[in-house]
Amino acid sequence: MYSFLDSPPPILLSGDLFYPQLAQSRVLIIGMGGLGAPVTLHLARAGVGHLTLVDSDKVELSNLQRQIIHTNQDLGQWKVESARQKIRQLAPQIQIRLLPCRLETDLLSEQVSLSDVIVDCTDNFNSRFAINQACLYHKKPLVSGAALRFAGQLTVFLLQESRSPCYHCLYPDTPDMEMACHNNGIISPLVGVIGSLQALEVIKILLNLGKTLCGRLLLIDAYNMQRRILTLNKDPLCPSCSTKSPSKLLS
Amino acid sequence: MTITVKFFASLREQIGTNQLKLTLHTPLTMEQVWTSACPNTPLPEYLLMALNKEYVQADAIVKEGDEVAFFPPVTGG
Repeated sequence: MYSFLDSPPPILLSGDLFYPQLAQSRVLIIGMGGLGAPVTLHLARAGVGHLTLVDSDKVELSNLQRQIIHTNQDLGQWKVESARQKIRQLAPQIQIRLLPCRLETDLLSEQVSLSDVIVDCTDNFNSRFAINQACLYHKKPLVSGAALRFAGQLTVFLLQESRSPCYHCLYPDTPDMEMACHNNGIISPLVGVIGSLQALEVIKILLNLGKTLCGRLLLIDAYNMQRRILTLNKDPLCPSCSTKSPSKLLS
Repeated sequence: MTITVKFFASLREQIGTNQLKLTLHTPLTMEQVWTSACPNTPLPEYLLMALNKEYVQADAIVKEGDEVAFFPPVTGG
């Protein structure tokens, strides 16, 4: 056991030195870019015992400005492999599974079913809708973050609870409009902020602490440093999660 | 009657202000509020909306004193 796990973690509330629940927990992190990087680093440092990392890309020079888990020495490597090396340096006891591929339906479903919490760090709607469907099907908590230019969004869907909204309640069928960071730009610390908040929500869910963002949507406009929290209710006509709508769950 | 209309993120850049007041003579839907507030900017095809800090659809009805907020889809990561 490493010393950073022996000392009280910053989330310490009860006087325990360490949360064994985290060491037993399994988190699936999809996307190892600007959001996935801080999510992974924080969850590894917090002592989450099992991390599955997914990304089909290799590290490029243009990633380094915001994807803080990768370095110049990682150029050309799979992003998930680069991330594994950093986790190993922090905490060799963490069990890591790497998936350097796109998660097609069956594999996505399998990985979601094996996880306690899923963290959506992807950069496109197609992936986000597929992840939402898999999490709905398996009734798993989903922590969803996004950032572009100066705008950040964050919410939590506790899909094990029937009253929770889902990603489809927030976004109707929306095509990808070239809205990835590499097309539109991103003020790099903002993905760090959103990703760090995603990790925070994951830890709260795993430890059943406090009040998550489920049912609320956090918006950050970093340009004027304004933030707003909206109420996000389940859409009674949601094509994915409403019992009144035809099910479009995994077929 | 007067309402407040707020624009977030890229919409703020596009419209050129983060907030304006709008006087209505009749209750409007969220979509009609956009058209009244930004007559020179067509309603974006994909737009998220909140009424009094609650996420709503384009057909929600806006009344005296309400606060309307428009914000863009964000998917980058």
